[in-house]
Amino acid sequence: MRFFACCFLIAVTGCQRERRDLRPAPPDTALLGIASRQSELEPGGPQSQPSASNPFHGNAFAISEGQRLFGWYNCSGCHANGGGGIGPPLIKQEWTYGGEPSNLFDTIVKGRPNGMPTWGGRIPEYQVWQLVSYIQSLNNQQPKAATAVRVDILQTDPHTIITRQEESK
Amino acid sequence: MTPMLREPVDAQHDIAEHRMLDRVWQGSRGVIGWLSVTTHQQIGKRYIVTAFLFLLLGGIEALLMRLQLATPDNTFLDPARYNQIFTLHGTTMMFLFAVPVMEGMGVYLVPLMVGTRNVAFPRLNAFGYWMYLAGGLFLYGAALTNTISDAGWFAYPPLSGPRFSVGKGVDVWAQMITFTEVSALCVAVELIVTILRMRAPGMSLNRMPLFCWAMLVQSCMIIFAMPAVMVASTVFLLNDRTIGTHFVNPAEGGDPLLYQHIFWFFGHPEVYIIFIPTLGMVSSILETHSRREVFGYPAIVLSMVGNGFIAFGLWVHHMFATGLPQIGEAYFTAASMMIAVTSGIQIFCWLATLWTGRLQMTAAMHFVFGFIFIFVMGGMTGVMLASIPLDLQVHDTFFLVAHFHYVLIGGALFPLFGGFHYWFPKFTGHMIDERLGKTAFWILFSGFNLTFFPMHLVGLLGMPRRVYTYPADLGWARDNFLATAGAFAILLGGVIFIANVFKSVKNDAAAESDPWEAGTVEWAAASPPANYNFINLPIVSSRTPLWTESKDRGVVVGLRNDRREVLVTTLLDAAPRHRYELPGSSIWPFITALGLTIGLVGSVTYFSGYYVASVLGMIGLIGWFWPTQPLEKKP
Amino acid sequence: MRVVVVSVFTTTALLAQQSALDPAGANATAIRDLGAFFLGLLGLIFLMVIVLALIPLTGRHHGIEQEPLARTHRPSERTESKLGTAVGFATAITIVILIGLVIVSVSVGKSAIGTLDRTHSLVIEITGNQWWWYIRYPNDNASLIVVTANELHIPIGRPVMIRGTSNDVIHSFWVPNLQGKRDLIPSRVTTEWFQADRPGRFRGQCAEFCGLQHAHMGLWVVAEPPDQFEKWMAHQREAAVPPSDRVKQRGQEVFLGAACVLCHAIQGTSAAAQMGPDLTHFGSRSTIAAGTLPNNKGNLAGWIADPQNVKPGTHMATVPIKAEDIQPLIEYLESLQ
Repeated sequence: MRFFACCFLIAVTGCQRERRDLRPAPPDTALLGIASRQSELEPGGPQSQPSASNPFHGNAFAISEGQRLFGWYNCSGCHANGGGGIGPPLIKQEWTYGGEPSNLFDTIVKGRPNGMPTWGGRIPEYQVWQLVSYIQSLNNQQPKAATAVRVDILQTDPHTIITRQEESK
Repeated sequence: MTPMLREPVDAQHDIAEHRMLDRVWQGSRGVIGWLSVTTHQQIGKRYIVTAFLFLLLGGIEALLMRLQLATPDNTFLDPARYNQIFTLHGTTMMFLFAVPVMEGMGVYLVPLMVGTRNVAFPRLNAFGYWMYLAGGLFLYGAALTNTISDAGWFAYPPLSGPRFSVGKGVDVWAQMITFTEVSALCVAVELIVTILRMRAPGMSLNRMPLFCWAMLVQSCMIIFAMPAVMVASTVFLLNDRTIGTHFVNPAEGGDPLLYQHIFWFFGHPEVYIIFIPTLGMVSSILETHSRREVFGYPAIVLSMVGNGFIAFGLWVHHMFATGLPQIGEAYFTAASMMIAVTSGIQIFCWLATLWTGRLQMTAAMHFVFGFIFIFVMGGMTGVMLASIPLDLQVHDTFFLVAHFHYVLIGGALFPLFGGFHYWFPKFTGHMIDERLGKTAFWILFSGFNLTFFPMHLVGLLGMPRRVYTYPADLGWARDNFLATAGAFAILLGGVIFIANVFKSVKNDAAAESDPWEAGTVEWAAASPPANYNFINLPIVSSRTPLWTESKDRGVVVGLRNDRREVLVTTLLDAAPRHRYELPGSSIWPFITALGLTIGLVGSVTYFSGYYVASVLGMIGLIGWFWPTQPLEKKP
Repeated sequence: MRVVVVSVFTTTALLAQQSALDPAGANATAIRDLGAFFLGLLGLIFLMVIVLALIPLTGRHHGIEQEPLARTHRPSERTESKLGTAVGFATAITIVILIGLVIVSVSVGKSAIGTLDRTHSLVIEITGNQWWWYIRYPNDNASLIVVTANELHIPIGRPVMIRGTSNDVIHSFWVPNLQGKRDLIPSRVTTEWFQADRPGRFRGQCAEFCGLQHAHMGLWVVAEPPDQFEKWMAHQREAAVPPSDRVKQRGQEVFLGAACVLCHAIQGTSAAAQMGPDLTHFGSRSTIAAGTLPNNKGNLAGWIADPQNVKPGTHMATVPIKAEDIQPLIEYLESLQ
């Protein structure tokens, strides 16, 4: 009995990492209105908030998709590969607007002053969570087994490759 | 009184000998005893049974694939699952079934055929089996947790690299290869030494059975080919995926073609590693059931050796489409066609044997004829594929799928099943039901052709391989449906064979030691053999010792019966050299394998797993080699 | 014999799409003919081997009939030496035949596959992506460059040279009616040439396993007379057709306001992303999603609304578009002729 329980546990943990959600739940625009907390203080009594936890935590597919989208949506144009450039680095301890997954979600969705575009309403919500998962993985906050080791993206576009080869002939 | 070679338990003193030897060669009881077995018959049977279970798993995967492809735009399996299943199918069949089952047949039969009591390194033999089992359990255990590679059994980067294959599936696949290749290397080493140094006196190299020659060639090929796949999968791919190297990462200067070269440098000899032993099996079966020695022994030996060498010069024919320079590729065309000569010579010699033999059409012979039909057809499509223009049209299509199933199933599986039927009395002590065997053959043969022949056509009509579905308007639906129907016929044939095995093992009639009146020495042992094989090791003076007159057949006397002692003979002429004591049962191979397994399984996620493997492996090896005798004997 | 074989092939290849048995150019014809030759010769050899193997079963052979079955025998020295001669003869013939096949194959390879002098050929650059084809007609004059996706047009009677690479994993460019396949390997450029000798529409497909949607990575090659081809090229160089009515105008607004612009380009608008197929002349293509669906309004709506249903695993995002905006968007995209 215990043996099967162990197998079940192993199965469950493996499943979380290996699952591929190709068609995540339809976008919930209500979530776009969440102001995730950046302060402990609040007037009056505590209020219940809908939680916004990362549904893709520990999921290798989501982290990989986040890596792809990071390049496709040109996040690297301002943030390089996490080191920053025009924009702030994304590998750090002190986050300007909070480093919790819900804060990162908020930042991407709402945009921020001084240059961070508003992505909410433009890209689907599940892709925002994939980007959040990827950024977390850059900061070692995702399980090691689910994180890809390195950036594998070809740096040049194919036309440049073909032209360079021609020139070298 | 002249010691008799057959029916060793007739004479009085033979019974006493039997008791002494049996006690020495018997392992201990219980779970520890089961884990400590080092006798080759046990380990050989374990290899064969385990490989057969993996064959069934691979077959189920094949049926799932065929169900998905039976109709166009089918939704039985989604693409992720289909890709995982065809990866598992290829990996299981190639790494977990085909090579291990040949190893198992070799481990079981070679010591019997060369006339000795065990393989040269019994504990290494056990260790090899445990590593193989661990590899298979690792792959399928991970599969239970949905950690399955979906990059194909060959796992080309960059698709199998960290960016495009997410999760741990490919890492598990790559590390599983380490297990199976270590296992194959162990068996290769021990078989080479057994064949070259432990043959019965008088069994010079030109009197050795052709199956032993096949195992010798195959084992040498393993030693050169297996390290290449370990380099490709573990050093290149696994390190690229886990510790950030760039061997085959094109984005940082690595080269995906490097992986292909190294992989196929293994991959092509691999298929010959799979079917050269079965060529030996065909010779054995043909010899016995044609009632004459196989024609052209030297030609067959030289052809097998030639096959072994030439096989290493063909690998680029898997890469004709990658744009390598045409002059270089043309060399591989020539080599790929030339290997048909070495295979052809063997076929011609067998035909000559058939023509001048008196044939007994047992079930095993049916499988041999099936082999000739299917393998030669596969060989013909192989010659077509060797031609670059033709290959560029049919590479990576179902034509290729048809070709390699023809040569692998025809060249390896059919003779293997023939061998199962032929050596069944030796393995189990019972005769297999011939009628059921022939029925299984006909169903397997027809089902196989129904499945794979239409694939030639559908590949020429443009259907690529490794696709999870196909459109309805390209005319591929009919042939795919036929192929699926044939797959179920193959299933039926397999079920009949399994039923036959179970039924035959249960029947009361016990087989005699030589029911086929065969000529080679394994038939002198009892059926099944005692765990020491022969009370007295045989002395041979011809290629078919059991066919010479009994008064000419001598035996070796004087080996000790109070310890596991064998006779070591010279390389060429098998003149006796010295006695050698083999180790008894030992738990240490299992412990060493267990330690390495723990470390290697962990290494997929944590690099420190390699350190754990080293430490635990070292502990196991220390126990393994701990001396049990003093260095010097006191006078 | 070859005529028989070829006609057997062509009758079974009635559906000529994507078939190596229905060549439309000299390259594929040479390969098909070589294949027919190989099939004829090797088929004959195969039949001979089978007949030779089956004859002993009939009992009318040189076995030693007099001896009982259980006994073994050794044929006479004469028989053995005759067998030896026969085997040696067969081996020699095999070697000669194989050498001949090598020579024939290499020579056909040189003419049908070998790299052509590029000065007279039309060069097309093809880049494989997961799971679509980026197609570019290069030109020294930048204003004459054509960029499109998944469907390429070629003039008949003129050699075409493909220079290929990949953006991600290894793909393989294969149009069976025209030529053998050529792998598209990231960080390398592979080349292949072919020529269409009759007009037609030929389907191709990726032939190297490239991931989840390898099965749905098709492409179309349209071979047309040179003047039609030049007209097509001229039209492709033009910017996108501007929206001609209010609905299409709204469709353009939706396109530019949604996630579409993050991946797709439409020349003449502000959409200039290169991550997905260029949509400037999308309406003129015959299929959607690299040969997966015929290009019509219903299929396009289904594709945009739920790409994962059509091509599970595709990198096209499931973009949230309001229900009232879908129709204008479809109208606009289909108007991009």
